[in-house]
Amino acid sequence: MENNNQAPLVELKEISIAFGGVHAVDKASCELYPGEVVGLLGHNGAGKSTLIKILSGAYTRDSGQIFIDGKEATINNPRHAKDFGIETIYQTLALADNVDAAANLYLGREILTRWGTLDDAAMEAETRKVMNRLNPNFTRFKDPVKQLSGGQRQSVAIARAIHFNARILIMDEPTAALGPAETEQVGQLIKQLKQDGIGIFLISHDIHDVFDLADRVVVMKNGAVVGSAHTTDVTKDEVLGMIILGKCPPGATPGPGAAQA
Amino acid sequence: MSDTPQDVKESAFVRFLRATEVDTRLLGMIGALMLIWLGFHFYGYFVNGYGAFLTPRNLWNLSVQTSSIAVMATGMVLVIVTRHIDLSVGSLLGFSAMIMGVMQVWILPKYLGLGHPAIWPITVLVGIAFGTMIGAFQGFLIAYLNIPAFIVTLGGLLIWRGASYLVARGETIAPVDPTFALIGGGPYGTIGATGSWILGIVVCLGILFLLYSGRQQRKRFNFPTRPLWAEYLLGGVGTAVVLGAVMVMNAYPWPKGIVKKYAAANNIEVPEGGLFISHGFAIPILVAIAVGIAMTFLATRTRFGRYVFAIGGNPEAAELAGINTKKMTMMIFALMGALTGIAAVIASARLKSATLALGQFDELYVIAAAVIGGTSFAGGIGTIYGAILGALVMQSLQSGMVLIGFDASIQQMVVGGVLVVAVFLDNLYRRNSV
Repeated sequence: MENNNQAPLVELKEISIAFGGVHAVDKASCELYPGEVVGLLGHNGAGKSTLIKILSGAYTRDSGQIFIDGKEATINNPRHAKDFGIETIYQTLALADNVDAAANLYLGREILTRWGTLDDAAMEAETRKVMNRLNPNFTRFKDPVKQLSGGQRQSVAIARAIHFNARILIMDEPTAALGPAETEQVGQLIKQLKQDGIGIFLISHDIHDVFDLADRVVVMKNGAVVGSAHTTDVTKDEVLGMIILGKCPPGATPGPGAAQA
Repeated sequence: MSDTPQDVKESAFVRFLRATEVDTRLLGMIGALMLIWLGFHFYGYFVNGYGAFLTPRNLWNLSVQTSSIAVMATGMVLVIVTRHIDLSVGSLLGFSAMIMGVMQVWILPKYLGLGHPAIWPITVLVGIAFGTMIGAFQGFLIAYLNIPAFIVTLGGLLIWRGASYLVARGETIAPVDPTFALIGGGPYGTIGATGSWILGIVVCLGILFLLYSGRQQRKRFNFPTRPLWAEYLLGGVGTAVVLGAVMVMNAYPWPKGIVKKYAAANNIEVPEGGLFISHGFAIPILVAIAVGIAMTFLATRTRFGRYVFAIGGNPEAAELAGINTKKMTMMIFALMGALTGIAAVIASARLKSATLALGQFDELYVIAAAVIGGTSFAGGIGTIYGAILGALVMQSLQSGMVLIGFDASIQQMVVGGVLVVAVFLDNLYRRNSV
């Protein structure tokens, strides 16, 4: 636990949200330190995405607190989250399909000329730079992103999230639409971002995706946190047990959702 | 513009399109418009013995008649692009016109005196403000109370028509202020031959400047530029169209009676064979062009426009990107209301009165114009120039059929059929181009 003496970048405390009568997230707590990758694991419907959408401002929590740098933060919409340096790569990518890569990259943060109009040329030039670094094969800057391949769309979404000096990055199933080579690329990127001191939440229902990249895993089941553990203290099989059975192994810190042994 | 291997053998035409970067849909629409114009002209020529369509007089009238629908259609594009609809524009036009009628005929003369020069600007401002407020209110219901736009504006369709009856108990309010009436066109509501030439030349210079600055901008960032011949061609065609329009508008003289009155009032001797005084561009078409330019700017060069299209493409993504989609929706409907107010000024000024039926069925023509102009109900796609061309197509059909003496019932059927066929062709176009 090399970051233990630092203040957490993000601390989620007893977050709850219900849709109708369903408690999608029930008193979930977890934290994220600078330069740390936390894998958020669980079955489909375990509440991972919902918890993370509360942090990114897409949903408003019913109760609980969010602390950023130790200070309580009000996050009621995506704009608030972005002001705190929280960027999200959604599972659906959340791209505006009918506009081009540059327009998507700068959506909500357009570069303006001194007359207050859109500076499309400047945005495209910047986009070319970013994309060259991220995905050198990307050349279709004029096409609406609807016409791009899954991997190309993914790189646009990733570029958008990291281009604006994010401090906290949320990646919801970032490799779901990618082939092996591209998945490897995303892995490299995560390691690089980690070195820059960015805290990353990595969400997946497949532990093989995240086990090697994450410093810590937090496992959710039925909306509650089963427990958290450093990846050095537990085996993949033990984490699998947490995901499937909610059984907390000795190396992990149990949460409210842990099955009573 | 796909670069898949199967179209390696590009025809000269495709290469031409690529070099000039002309939108094929724009070419198609202009082609359809030309076909309609020639069709009506030659039908008249061969069947009635007189081709009345391609005459300065008819084209001038066409430009005036198109104005009010074109103004509203530019706003409807944004409404439909964001996956909404506004069915209330016709009734709102009637209501705004009625408010303006009451304002300038009943209220303002009482305080300012009849014919006071401030009457028309106050009236216009009140009318546009009314349209904007009502549009914003409808937008509020749609955005913040989550009532579907179809329902809110269907309600508006009935409510504002009823309200305009209440305002004047169904009376026709006339005559409007004489300066206000100029906004509707008519011989005096034009800028004359010299004015038209000056305007035409200014617009030509504007076109050349836009081409030049666009090229400089691309060079600045090392983007590919169009070949030089394509730039010259675009500049040449653009200026030719503008100057041609000036010549057509100037070729339509004032009617003899008006000339006689005007000459008598200004002590001008009428020479033998009559005095040729050109109409030139009518004020309503200038208003429509100004609105078209402003709306194109808004849609393509500003944040507001960028957000409109982003919301249309994926509302959820726009929200997640931090765009305040509710506020945007309200503003779009407020803008639609403001444009309806402007259209109401044109329509009632042209009629020189506010009548109960003013604007009836306009919502259908406006929506049809936007859709014929390539605005997609699936959201995210549409252009301002397309909507204006669409309005011109609708109005050309309408007045063309009047000229060649079609029955009113047939006219309706043709317009309805054209709308359906246009959307079908549009679907085909999209399927083949993407």
